[in-house]
Amino acid sequence: MGFLDIRNVTKSYGQVQVLHRVDIQVEEGEFLVLVGPSGCGKSTLLNMIAGLEAISGGEIAIKGRVVNGVHPSKRNIAMVFQSYALYPNMTVGQNMTFGLEMHGVPKPERDRALAQVAKLLQIDHLLDRKPGQLSGGQRQRVAMGRALVRNPDVFLFDEPLSNLDAKLRVDMRTEIKKLHQKLKTTIVYVTHDQIEAMTLSTRIAVMNKGHVQQLGTPKEIYDTPANVYVATFMGSPAMNILPAKVVVQEGAHHAQITDSEGAPQLLRLSQTNLAAGQEILLGIRPEAITDPEGADRKSGNIVSLKNRVTVTEPAGADTFVTMTLGGRDTIARMRADASVAAGQVFDFAVNMEKAVAFDPKTEERIAP
Amino acid sequence: MSAVAQESAAGTGRAARAGIQLVLVLFALFYLLPLYVMGVNSFKPLSEITGGNMMALPQVWTLEAWGAAWSTAQIGVEPTGLRPYFLNSILMVVPAVAISTILGALNGYVLTKWRFRGDKWVFGLMLFSCFIPFQIVLIPMAVTLGKLGLAGSVPGLVLVHVVYGLGFTTLYFRNYYAAFPTELVRAAQIDGAGFFRIFWRILLPVSGPIAVVSVIWQFTNIWNDFLFGASFGGTSQPMTVALNNLVQSSTGVKEYNVHFAGAILAALPTLVVYIVAGRYFVRGLMAGSVKG
Repeated sequence: MGFLDIRNVTKSYGQVQVLHRVDIQVEEGEFLVLVGPSGCGKSTLLNMIAGLEAISGGEIAIKGRVVNGVHPSKRNIAMVFQSYALYPNMTVGQNMTFGLEMHGVPKPERDRALAQVAKLLQIDHLLDRKPGQLSGGQRQRVAMGRALVRNPDVFLFDEPLSNLDAKLRVDMRTEIKKLHQKLKTTIVYVTHDQIEAMTLSTRIAVMNKGHVQQLGTPKEIYDTPANVYVATFMGSPAMNILPAKVVVQEGAHHAQITDSEGAPQLLRLSQTNLAAGQEILLGIRPEAITDPEGADRKSGNIVSLKNRVTVTEPAGADTFVTMTLGGRDTIARMRADASVAAGQVFDFAVNMEKAVAFDPKTEERIAP
Repeated sequence: MSAVAQESAAGTGRAARAGIQLVLVLFALFYLLPLYVMGVNSFKPLSEITGGNMMALPQVWTLEAWGAAWSTAQIGVEPTGLRPYFLNSILMVVPAVAISTILGALNGYVLTKWRFRGDKWVFGLMLFSCFIPFQIVLIPMAVTLGKLGLAGSVPGLVLVHVVYGLGFTTLYFRNYYAAFPTELVRAAQIDGAGFFRIFWRILLPVSGPIAVVSVIWQFTNIWNDFLFGASFGGTSQPMTVALNNLVQSSTGVKEYNVHFAGAILAALPTLVVYIVAGRYFVRGLMAGSVKG
């Protein structure tokens, strides 16, 4: 039994089921990120943990106590909203202590808690201002401060960074991570941004259409995605998914794939539990396709592949190279100074150790 | 604006604009003409009105007509002036405005932040009440007031106006609160605030503009109402009914100066309310209609 237990939870609005049997155990101090596209049910799940939406089926328990039907204020949770939801008529200080006031905490104690959190978040100088006078980043801090002051069992974050500009978002992301490392609190965090999910979490639940597609550590999710959906959702640019056919030659398994000229090419597979002639979807991350000098030296299975380059996109740190493979646009991620030009036939190095195979029908991963 | 001739976009159509402004000024003067006539003649002795020009300024300025209208003029059979009726109106309008505004705010709060099955129907029916003409409700209302024992009293009038105004105030507050972020209410719920606490501490403090709209609207309508006052006023008739009794009296000489003064007295409170809070009126009307 975990610290926060989500057991077979479902949610329906009338006939429409929006969450299907979600089952997640969160340990104390964990940072769980719910990630998925809009409408996947991640915010609904968070609201159900918070008590803002009724649970249609299953149970949610915090610290062993089932909280179905318990009022939000009595679950000992705190929530940071996407819009920050700061009370516009109150000062920052009043905003942060409103919850304590409602719970009947005496003034001196409230002031002590406020001072402590304000110092931690470096917003001491803002306490007398109104939310309207704060910048986006400051509002974000105040919203987090309001959650911290209550010292809850579980923190719930609902896309807290999506209203910030790109640079500030990265800064605040680091800040949230630091805060989590310092305070070791249990956090459930909802986002549609897969980078936020990867960087912040100790575990990720990838959701789509009301189903948890995969639950695992960031590394598990990234390296061994459970299905094509997870593979393409996590990672930017997305994983290349290429139709291929298994060929066994001289005792080794190969994926046969058509190159830009339409000719078959063989890529030796590290995975050996595939039958000859079997159709598969081959998943290769962009960073697993490089120039020969940039290939991972620790890999035991680098395969050389000659193919024509369609487009190159220098992005500063990396150069993204697009080519046609298996009839699809395929992206490779190169070192910035790899000398590659559009139209040229280039000698790529493919790290097949990192390749994953999916069943074309079910789109599930074929585990090695 | 500045009269410097410039070859710029701002300078084009200057003549057209001057023309439009002239027309607007003329319209404004035309619109203000009755007020001018009333004002000017209320300061004249009666002889000057009957013997002279309605448009002329008084030759002898006097407050006599105002004094008469306020405290000695014949209203119906009693020579009481408008003073007791003015008091009746105040006693009616203040609680009626306050109660209908507060209830409207609560309705708007419930209809937007505590949605329930069928809430759209409830709101639709309340909205419908805005379009019911006064005349239709006269008889049912008379029966209801009779049964409640409130017929012919100020509390009876307060009840009538609260019921009648509720549709409007609910409409105002519902539209205003619809634009108010629901996340704030949810945050307050998690913070542990209850139904009334959220209303009182979170919503009401930011309801200024729409409250002003509601107050002005209700005040103007209730103060100016004649039909309900005449029908249900009984012995405690409001100002409007008394003014009618003053002006329409068929015996004796028509004291036009007193009538003018009385009419201005009857219009003064709504004018004051509008001048004091009018700025917020337009702002509040806009606030409800456009999503922020």
